[in-house]
Amino acid sequence: FSSAGEKPPQQRIEKILIANRGEIACRIMRTAKRLGIRTVAVYSDADKDALHVKSADEAIRIGPPPARLSYLNGSSIVDAAIRTGAQAIHPGYGFLSESAEFAKLCEDKDITFIGPPASAIRDMGDKSASKRIMGAAGVPLVPGYHGDEQYIDKMKLEADKIGYPILIKPTHGGGGKGMRIVYSPDEFVEAFLAAQREAAASFGINTILLEKYITRPRHIEVQIFGDKHGNVLHLYERDCSVQRRHQKIIEEAPAPNVSSDFRAHLGRAAVSAAKAVNYYNAGTVEFIVDTVSGQFYFMEMNTRLQVEHPVTEMIVGQDLVEWQIHVANGEALPLSQSEVPLSGHAFEARIYAENVPKGFLPATGVLHHYHHIPVSSTVRVETGVKQGDTVSMHYDPMIAKLVVWGENRAAALVKLKDCLSEFQVAGLPTNINFLQKLANHWAFENGKVETHFIENYKEDLFVDPNNSVPAKEAYEAARLSASLVAACLIEKEHFILRRNPPGASSLRSIWYSSPPFRMHHQHKRKMELEWDTEYDSGTSKLLNLTISYQPDGRYLIEIEGNESTVLEVKATYVENNYFRVETDGVSKDIHLAVYSKDQIRHIHIWQGSYHHYFREKLGIELSEDEESQHRPKFDTAAHPQGSVVAPMAGLVVKVLVKNKTKVEQGQPVLVLEAMKMEHVVKAPSSGYVHGLLVAAGDQVSDGSVLFSLKDE
Amino acid sequence: SSSILWRGNTIQILMRRNFCLGVLPDAVDRNSEAFASNSKAMEELISDLQSHVQKVLAGGGPEAVKRNRSRNKLLPRERIDRIIDPGASFLELSQLAGHELYEETLPSAGIITGIGPVHGRLCMFVANDPTVKGGTYYPITVKKHLRAQEIAAQCKLPCIYLVDSGGAFLPKQADVFPDKENFGRIFYNQAIMSAEGIPQIALVLGSCTAGGAYIPAMADESVMVKGNGTIFLAGPPLVKAATGEEVSAEDLGGATVHCKTSGVSDYFAQDELHGLALGRNIIKNLHMAGKDVLENQLQNITYEYKEPLYDANELCCIAPTDLKQQFDIRSVISRIVDGSEFDEFKKLYGTTLVTGFARIFGQPVGIIGNNGILFNESALKGAHFIELCTQRNVPLVFLQNITGFMVGSRSEANGIAKSGAKMVMAVSCAKVPKVTIVIGGSFGAGNYAMCGRAYSPNFMFFWPNARISVMGGAQAAGVLTQIEKANKKKQGIQWKKEEEEKFKTKVLEAYEREGSPYYSTARLWDDGIIDPADTRKVIGLCLSASLNRAPEDTKYGVFRM
Repeated sequence: FSSAGEKPPQQRIEKILIANRGEIACRIMRTAKRLGIRTVAVYSDADKDALHVKSADEAIRIGPPPARLSYLNGSSIVDAAIRTGAQAIHPGYGFLSESAEFAKLCEDKDITFIGPPASAIRDMGDKSASKRIMGAAGVPLVPGYHGDEQYIDKMKLEADKIGYPILIKPTHGGGGKGMRIVYSPDEFVEAFLAAQREAAASFGINTILLEKYITRPRHIEVQIFGDKHGNVLHLYERDCSVQRRHQKIIEEAPAPNVSSDFRAHLGRAAVSAAKAVNYYNAGTVEFIVDTVSGQFYFMEMNTRLQVEHPVTEMIVGQDLVEWQIHVANGEALPLSQSEVPLSGHAFEARIYAENVPKGFLPATGVLHHYHHIPVSSTVRVETGVKQGDTVSMHYDPMIAKLVVWGENRAAALVKLKDCLSEFQVAGLPTNINFLQKLANHWAFENGKVETHFIENYKEDLFVDPNNSVPAKEAYEAARLSASLVAACLIEKEHFILRRNPPGASSLRSIWYSSPPFRMHHQHKRKMELEWDTEYDSGTSKLLNLTISYQPDGRYLIEIEGNESTVLEVKATYVENNYFRVETDGVSKDIHLAVYSKDQIRHIHIWQGSYHHYFREKLGIELSEDEESQHRPKFDTAAHPQGSVVAPMAGLVVKVLVKNKTKVEQGQPVLVLEAMKMEHVVKAPSSGYVHGLLVAAGDQVSDGSVLFSLKDE
Repeated sequence: SSSILWRGNTIQILMRRNFCLGVLPDAVDRNSEAFASNSKAMEELISDLQSHVQKVLAGGGPEAVKRNRSRNKLLPRERIDRIIDPGASFLELSQLAGHELYEETLPSAGIITGIGPVHGRLCMFVANDPTVKGGTYYPITVKKHLRAQEIAAQCKLPCIYLVDSGGAFLPKQADVFPDKENFGRIFYNQAIMSAEGIPQIALVLGSCTAGGAYIPAMADESVMVKGNGTIFLAGPPLVKAATGEEVSAEDLGGATVHCKTSGVSDYFAQDELHGLALGRNIIKNLHMAGKDVLENQLQNITYEYKEPLYDANELCCIAPTDLKQQFDIRSVISRIVDGSEFDEFKKLYGTTLVTGFARIFGQPVGIIGNNGILFNESALKGAHFIELCTQRNVPLVFLQNITGFMVGSRSEANGIAKSGAKMVMAVSCAKVPKVTIVIGGSFGAGNYAMCGRAYSPNFMFFWPNARISVMGGAQAAGVLTQIEKANKKKQGIQWKKEEEEKFKTKVLEAYEREGSPYYSTARLWDDGIIDPADTRKVIGLCLSASLNRAPEDTKYGVFRM
């Protein structure tokens, strides 16, 4: 970079405030620190002990947990920057990153906004306006309606003109929020209204655009970069086709199965798009590629650093945050287009706290255990949380981004699979298992990615609860894991007791040696592990284990069942939660995570690509009430029949029916919103609604009873 | 302070490594005929033992066990497993008590006793087996219960009574009820131990009738299980007979009555598992300030111990089943003590008694083992060594394999009785923990000098090949035949040769039967028969239990000089 031009050099940035949280805040701080730039974090009350706060040189509280009162509160963030003397604000992604008002506010207060000019944000933020500009600049567009006339009849008319299927999309925002696909004219009105509502809730603006829906599309986007001297270049493309709920989960760069001609063509289109709005700093031009025709169309431009920017960094060997800071300092881009290297292949997998079987619903909870493969020059783990942190309902439930690089796509994919199998999270449900399935799918391995990938291969990717063959295999695998769990837990128990026997006498430790002494017989122990099967309609199975100590220190483990299995296990405790186990002459590494909560011991085991989760009831509840009945072993049947519970913690945005009204099966009853996503709670069967006490604006917790259905 | 102590030990370890003074050689000839035949004979004895044990582990038989399960009750050993710390050892005592004692079988005498840790604190368990004659007390059941209490009192172990018993076995009431060491003594012991601050805990898991009702009533704290637990002095039938009142067992003496109204019990348990968990909790909350041992100071020596150098399984091949054959006791010691290190005391003097210092699981011990008949010198050496150990508060381990003291005119003239008395005096008065393992013969006054049952060792176990009697069967037959012959002669009767042989055989057979370790263990003359391979482990557990109390000073009586 060189400071160019005749103008007096502007003051270089020495301190940056990061107006964000989580992994992106941490990631920006890392680069800033490397450049000797001091960092300021902002935080809401929910984040006062968060990693990004600890990673910063200074941290300032900006408000209560809800984002609109903290991370979306532009004026208090700018105040924070003034108070701490930060010359610049980096907005990260999400929150205020694409707010032209905020960029303008920074400008007014003489604070450098590390991002594009406010005008470009404004131009590109309005999807209808952006398409008009792009059309004028000769960038190909998807047929559609981007007009201002938003009344429903007009929209319906335009939709019919474009032809079905059709895509309904808010003009503002991104990330798939508020998007609807409509396959036939009679679904249009309901979908349109819902999209409007969601857009209003998420972005405050409810204008909608219509587009032709491409049935077999790929999502390919181009990373572009511009400086304040009119230079714009692209850093190749990323394929982000693999999505669920219209949100990306695996991204890669460069896009697979793409010719270099196509790549160059795409890159040029992206650069002209950026130039059309006098763009500088980092941006992404998103294209939709029709895999049938091979055509690509401009979708939108994201005027920020994207979540998936690391895959681009990996293949071009550059630090984009560093570029952003240099550009903000007024420096020229360090490379010309022809100097941009393209080396190898990179994947990013997004690890989310979410409930895959429940339709990828966001999950909340405590990260009781968090462990991943060590980072290296080819493996990056971008994370904003640490073990013991809570993933709350207030913000995005992403736990981490796993980024890997390989010399080519196949090599990178091998690495991705390995890192995923070593990515250990316990305490809340995650999509790791699902990502593993994706990464191992033959079509993904062949690079046959498209936006409907998950939908197209759902039979391979999701469990069919009624298929008995995989159900049996899964059961066997769980039984094996349970046996190993039992052996490892008992081995560790003896290890600890021998070292540190209760009662403090050294001779006392012999009471805890393994195998425990019994007069002329072997001691047996029982263990009851509860395992949640994805089969049998997601019920849980109780595994009854009998562990017999063998004189040579091995454990003979028997599990009751239709076919009782017996396994001899030798377990060696290595350290922390690492074990080496040997069964049938095969030895391998095992990792366990164990934590106790609510009288239940939660046990996770990772072995090879398997991850299993078991629960064990701890002790007995000591109730003083003599009349109280014994509680059921596990509180699964706590609610009376017919009760409908909240599938997630969230805010009630709309209640559609009243108490005592009759509803049909599948009829929407109320609408919840959590993690900025709407979820319609439908009647599981037909009947009359009873006990519906919640109203719009109420907060409900995960698993709480919303209403019940009765026959009359 | 401890760090200095620790350093002292480190230095000691280094010195041991440098000189290896006391390491015993591996003196066993594995190719010898004796090794093979001993091994074969012991194998048979152990498999016999295993089969006896398997029978008693099954309790009162499948029917009774099934009935017990149907009441949501666990078997007594399972109950104990649920109370002691998970994965901890349990030293069961007198497993084969009652063996072939009565016409009916009485597995484990209908009561399970033993020691195990609860929240790190060693406790004595006394658990009725309701599958054996309804958990009623036969005379041997009482004896086993009292023996457990005796150990608990001696070692100051909290007692946990898992009560599920129909009370005294009425047909044998004359042998159960009236005498000093009979049923009543159970409650006497509870009172005395409670007074000494040894916690007495009762968990009423089943019926607890008549005299049995005093076990929870006399306890410091008691738990009752709803539905299964009942306490009453007289059951519903007797109540009806006596007063005409008709009442159900639960209303008469169930958990609700006793926890809510009568106050006989303190903790109400929803079910058996809850009851057992409450029992664990009671122990957790025991805070025996000042009564807990000084084990942290005096007796707790942090010492990284070494396992013996030689295989413990070879113990089975060393002890001959024919007690006339000699073997070197050091080959037994070398398979029991840490690192096979044994620093022998007075090695060259009185060589038929082997004495010396060693460690077992780090705990210093004095070992006294027989290597033949006791002579004057051996007895004096034994007395000297016991005095040494009591002075230094070193526990004693007796490895008994003794035919007796030397007899004959020379021996008598040398005062063998005086020397023997010295050793018996020393053994009797020694207040250090004593553990006796009978690994061969246990005959006559040898049994006394080597801390037989009458000398109150804290624990006493037999190997399966052991024999116990006042003298050998052959010697006894010889003596009795001589006396009988003389009697007959006085009466002028000429004894036929075959009659004499018949008489001899009868005596021999009686000695053979009564000298068997099963005969002994059935009557509680010991605390159990152990597999020789378990010897080190058992001694370690016994020492640990014995050291649960503060050391006591030893005061001797008058030694005849």
